[in-house]
Amino acid sequence: MAISDIERLIQLLARLPGLGPRSARRVALQMIKKRETLMLPLAAALQQAAESIRACTICGNLDTQETCAICRDPERDATIICVAEEVGDLWAIERSGAFKGRYHVLGGTLSALDGRGPDQLNVAALMDRLRPADDGTMPVREVILALSVTVDGQTTGHYIAERLAGAGVSVTRLAHGVPVGGELDYLDDGTLSAALKARGPA
Amino acid sequence: MHWTDSGIVLSVRPHGESSAVVQMLTQNQGRHAGLVRGAQGKRLSGVYQPGNLVSVRWSGRLAEHLGNFECELVESYAARVLDDPPRLAALSAAAAVSERALPERESHAACYEGFLVLLEALSGEHWAEVYVRWEMAVLAELGFGLDLSACAGGGANDQLAYVSPRTGRAVSLAAGEPYRDRLLPLPGFLGGRGGGGPDEVAQGLALTGFFLERHVFAPHHQAPPAARQRLAERFPVVP
Repeated sequence: MAISDIERLIQLLARLPGLGPRSARRVALQMIKKRETLMLPLAAALQQAAESIRACTICGNLDTQETCAICRDPERDATIICVAEEVGDLWAIERSGAFKGRYHVLGGTLSALDGRGPDQLNVAALMDRLRPADDGTMPVREVILALSVTVDGQTTGHYIAERLAGAGVSVTRLAHGVPVGGELDYLDDGTLSAALKARGPA
Repeated sequence: MHWTDSGIVLSVRPHGESSAVVQMLTQNQGRHAGLVRGAQGKRLSGVYQPGNLVSVRWSGRLAEHLGNFECELVESYAARVLDDPPRLAALSAAAAVSERALPERESHAACYEGFLVLLEALSGEHWAEVYVRWEMAVLAELGFGLDLSACAGGGANDQLAYVSPRTGRAVSLAAGEPYRDRLLPLPGFLGGRGGGGPDEVAQGLALTGFFLERHVFAPHHQAPPAARQRLAERFPVVP
């Protein structure tokens, strides 16, 4: 391998999240040392993933098939859809194991800075999923908005809730408040006031 | 060099993995940008939300550099309105208009003070009327203030009902009647009569929107911010 190839590898690795030029250099050296056991299988896996991974045509999740494993799973409750901003958020909810319904990935939030308006979000596909069947039954009974508690995230949430207002489904959102392990003394004012607003019976 | 000031967060543009370029409307330095390390992290992302009031320290080697911000949260105005769609729309619109309309690094203390008044008013009932008044103040601060003190057509000053789109001056009901199709309605709460309400707010937003677009956005070949359009859509103009 020529020097320029090593430099190119390091430059590409340095563009990955969590890696700077120094750590990219370490990763590159490690891969070169373990050429047969690490580098070549990794290259093959990257090639394979680049060719096979695509967005699910129903929910926008990533999978190797046209319809993702979550949308294919008959055990999951198809009448509840959890709306997430990005695939990473979907994976986070899946890690919790607390949700057994299906998902819909928006692909971001409304953002003037990024030039992302309602048309750039995957909202039309969500509306299609809520359309009543031929016999008039509603395929979905609840849509959960699992969006960031930021100005952009909540603006997007309100926009979707308003779009769904006449769709005949219940629209809910994640609770805002004290995180598990959170000490009140260290919480910011916004989280505390949201927690107080959303207080429930003890 | 460095300075300290009070500032309202206007926008946060991610920069790299964890940093962000934050736009701030400060009391004495005007609209100013700065790099914040760790702004996308768990600890700081709540601080850097549009509308939040912070105590800010800017430091840079030269004045013309982007420089770094270090901020401490003073008041989390964004968190107060996250659950309230119209008020959140107003907060987002004010931040977006400030960012697009105000020149960078030019002190506009009136806009800052007005923004603070608006943020406080968002907890009250007449926040939409305050928003329209704030946009009027922004226009005045930028040199395009509307003259609502007297009728431009020589009519009675106690019946001001229109604004001339050409001059930005008020016109009385009688003097403006023959030209009413070409004049902009003046909402009662801006003319010193009437208590506001959704219809008057819609007229007010149409009025300030017209002059903002003509004098502030169009000369820079910019459209009004999407956030402001979303706010205006919440107050449809009744024909």
